[in-house]
Amino acid sequence: MTAAAAAATRTKGTARDPFSSAWRRRLPLLPALLYVVAITQLPFLVSIYYSFTNLKDKTQSLIPEPTRYVGFANYRQIFSDPFFRQAIWTSVKMTVLAVLLSLIIGTLFAILLDRKFLGQGVIRTLLITPFLLMPVVAALIWKQQMFSSLFGVLNKALNFLGFNSVAFISDHPLGSIVTVLVWQWTPFMMLIVLAGLQSQPAEILEAANVDGATPFGIFRQLTFPHLRRYLELGALLGSIYIVQAFDAIDVMTAGGPGSTNVPYYVYQESIGGGFRYGAASAYAIVVVVFSIIIATFALRVLSSLFREEARA
Amino acid sequence: MTDRERRGAKLGVGERRAAVAGLGVLAWLVALLWIFPFAWTVFTSFKTEQDAAAQTLHQGLSFGRYSDVSHSTSGTLSLQSAFTNSLVVVVVSTLIVLALALPAAYALAIRPVHRWRDVLFFFISTKFLPIVASIFPIYVYAEKWNLIGTRTVLIILYIAINLPLAIWMTRSFFMEVPRELIEAAEIDGTSLFNQLRSVILPITAPGIAATALLCVIFAWNEYFYALQLNFANASTMPQWVTTNVSTRGNFLAKLSAASIIACLAVVLAGWAAQKRMIRGLSMGALK
Repeated sequence: MTAAAAAATRTKGTARDPFSSAWRRRLPLLPALLYVVAITQLPFLVSIYYSFTNLKDKTQSLIPEPTRYVGFANYRQIFSDPFFRQAIWTSVKMTVLAVLLSLIIGTLFAILLDRKFLGQGVIRTLLITPFLLMPVVAALIWKQQMFSSLFGVLNKALNFLGFNSVAFISDHPLGSIVTVLVWQWTPFMMLIVLAGLQSQPAEILEAANVDGATPFGIFRQLTFPHLRRYLELGALLGSIYIVQAFDAIDVMTAGGPGSTNVPYYVYQESIGGGFRYGAASAYAIVVVVFSIIIATFALRVLSSLFREEARA
Repeated sequence: MTDRERRGAKLGVGERRAAVAGLGVLAWLVALLWIFPFAWTVFTSFKTEQDAAAQTLHQGLSFGRYSDVSHSTSGTLSLQSAFTNSLVVVVVSTLIVLALALPAAYALAIRPVHRWRDVLFFFISTKFLPIVASIFPIYVYAEKWNLIGTRTVLIILYIAINLPLAIWMTRSFFMEVPRELIEAAEIDGTSLFNQLRSVILPITAPGIAATALLCVIFAWNEYFYALQLNFANASTMPQWVTTNVSTRGNFLAKLSAASIIACLAVVLAGWAAQKRMIRGLSMGALK
């Protein structure tokens, strides 16, 4: 087929030349695709390479050491590092607690908001505010205003009620950080569950009501099964962000005992002071392996929602 | 895949008025309790430092702390320079995100490429890659190329953070453009750019605005990269807020005022666009 003929068929909108037509479709996609590959995938490959070396930051070490291949030494070190094990445990506790609590409270809020009442819009607006705040500001608000033993509102209230002051952040670092995360992420869960509640077909609920089903029965047998997918989506999307929590930890405890999660630990080992990029990269690769496991589940949930959308 | 009408028009399911009113009151109480830490911060920002430290109110309320923090040069970072840095980084990165995301969304929604689903899931999978997996090479190369402490490095990274989200979100808005309009434009031989400009954008403008807003929020609030790659001259607003924590003397009222300054624009914009935000937050899975 000549070029002219190909052009002629194209203008008729019935491109028969599969090659040119496919590339014409791909072209608008390429800049974004190349950008994402260059900024996220390439550095990851370099990280894998680093993890087999003893690379250190050149500006940070007094006697520059030549970078050399160290085999699996960095990986062997990981499994004998008690602090890393502790960081994994902290990460698990922090993520599970924050995701579950924000999901439960968010669902309760969504159920409260899923009906007409005076000022419904105002209430929803107020409730989403913590999610819009800078994570740094949210953490500072709780650290300096609420938890502080010097000026803290919570301790003032405790004293007023006749209790002793509590050193929230130093005695309960994990609980304090989880509180801030839950405060910020509950509105997110609420919005997702609310979208689920409002996508229930009204006719079915009405029919159940006409048939004399109790509100609790309707919730247990119709609403909850419908919501399951949305709860999963909320939990998984929340986990992606919460497992990487950094800001709240940095502001509240700067990685004090009991509050160092895996990302913060890797940070401390590298650009946060250790500057051992080779070793820290090995930690990072281990983190990625865990993330891939979580992500596989997350993507499955996302794609099942997606197929549902395509069918509808 | 056609447009679908799914209005969750919920009819009153015969609940008794008293119960409804009671639940309404409960919703109000819960919301006021949840917002309390933020409301208290707004309140504190108008107090004097002595009143803020003692959690009392003897000396009245004023905008004094706002003018204190805007003129203070106690740290090395002034509000003006942090604000300018944030503004430049946020605006430039968001514009580039849109410039890359709109054609990509076209190729994934309107004239989909072969295996568009895989491409879409590839984009989102990059959001699951932990930051620590790529930060060291980025740091090492930023150092090598003298990009540490510049706005450029933040712009480059914020584009990468927001692009997958923007592609998913704009794609889901593009799916709602009526087929006939696009086919008509294609038969007329309209170029991609003109199709976007004259057919697709007018219809999807509110959705694209919501996408841009979400990118702005994430970029404006970002702290980790800003702290790690940008500690010197190009610090942004989150870092400026932290400079208002002082080890000497009372700082609570000034910190509160700084927090409000740093968050106000994003909070107002988020309030205005709350109905559309859900789609972006759920990666376009929910409407």
